[in-house]
Amino acid sequence: MPNEPAASRRVSLERGGPVVVEGPVEVVLEDGTVARSDRFAVALCTCRRSRTYPWCDTSHRRRERAPADHTPEEAGRP
Amino acid sequence: MNAPAPATTAPAPALVEGRGDVSAAVVDALRTGRPPVHDPAALLRADPWGEDLQLALHLLYELHYRGFAGVDDDREWDPDLLRLRRALETRFLHALRVDLRHAPRSVEEAFAPLLVEPVDLSGSVSRHLETDGELWQLREYAALRSLYHLKEADPHLWVVPRLTGRAKAGMVAVEYDEFGAGRAERIHARLFAGLMADLDLDTSYGAHLDRAPAVLLATVNLMSLFGLHRALRGALVGHFACVEITSSPGSRRLAAAMRRCGAGPAAEHFYAEHVEADAVHEQVVRREVVGGLLADEPELEPDVAFGCAATVLLEDRLGAHLLTAWREGRSALRATDGVTPAGS
Ligand code: FES
Ligand SMILES: [Fe+2]
Ligand SMILES: [Fe+2]
Repeated sequence: MPNEPAASRRVSLERGGPVVVEGPVEVVLEDGTVARSDRFAVALCTCRRSRTYPWCDTSHRRRERAPADHTPEEAGRP
Repeated sequence: MNAPAPATTAPAPALVEGRGDVSAAVVDALRTGRPPVHDPAALLRADPWGEDLQLALHLLYELHYRGFAGVDDDREWDPDLLRLRRALETRFLHALRVDLRHAPRSVEEAFAPLLVEPVDLSGSVSRHLETDGELWQLREYAALRSLYHLKEADPHLWVVPRLTGRAKAGMVAVEYDEFGAGRAERIHARLFAGLMADLDLDTSYGAHLDRAPAVLLATVNLMSLFGLHRALRGALVGHFACVEITSSPGSRRLAAAMRRCGAGPAAEHFYAEHVEADAVHEQVVRREVVGGLLADEPELEPDVAFGCAATVLLEDRLGAHLLTAWREGRSALRATDGVTPAGS
């Protein structure tokens, strides 16, 4: 981009959800270990409930009793 | 984790037998190179959710992906086959619209139930497999899902030329990840072939078509229908968002199921990868792809909601079919002559 300054890394926030950061990313954890991902973007867990911390695994979602007639089922993962 | 990845680019798959008048006419047309010959009344009689119509549609759609051994690649654009496909699609789409006449028409309402984690998972296939699944059920699940996963993310790529701006950039970013981010060994379809090899299943494309019942074929036909029609680009985006949003929690349970049953490292890795990847894909698809599309073409909102609702409907039906069969100790695969179900 000849007329633009060097691109900034974009970070997107969402209330109650992860922080999405453009990858690749290194996350330095409290104990000094480094988690690394080379995905084009990563979702960093902010709720601390993720079982794959520091990466979001959607555990931030509110748990809710579904209407009796409907249990959303996973739809096959693209 | 890095078992030698089986090739997924084997020769074109073999044709299967028809399951009724219409699908038999399609098989015959493909075998002989002649136009399909069928009683027009058979088309009107065929149940839109039945084996005959769903298989006929699936065979016609496959001409756009890998085709079939012994069938000229040019048949993809054979006007007689396309005319028949159009007639079948009309019946399929109409049946969907009838069954979804009370479904939400706003994106907010369509997605809201997917963005909470249900407390009651009694109807969830992944929960069943996680807690009570047996190896033969995992094998059946993988054999059936292979009809999509061996071409994972392919149907969705057709939407790209129909998008612009944020929606296009977001869609391509996610698809790039699905296709291994430049590394062939990381293509998700390839990872799925690794899962199948761990489960000792035939990994070749189309190998399990004959055993897949209509309730499974409908979930795959839905993607091809939405992907191939520019007029349905909103529905394709709604479908894709629905899959990405619902994938992570289900993938976590399926990874646990693979681990508990000792399926093997590649089998576990396929789902573990999707826990993390789809948590990201969800964010990008909701914000950029759905958000970008609706900023460009707000009139497509009911279509996006329709694509999401259609996906939930067909996945729920598939889930009910699988759980009913398995809870009765039966195979969920279609019985074919002289073949023992993977489960027995
Ligand atoms: S923010 Fe998603 S799991 Fe914590
Ligand atoms: Fe994927
Ligand atoms: Fe994905």
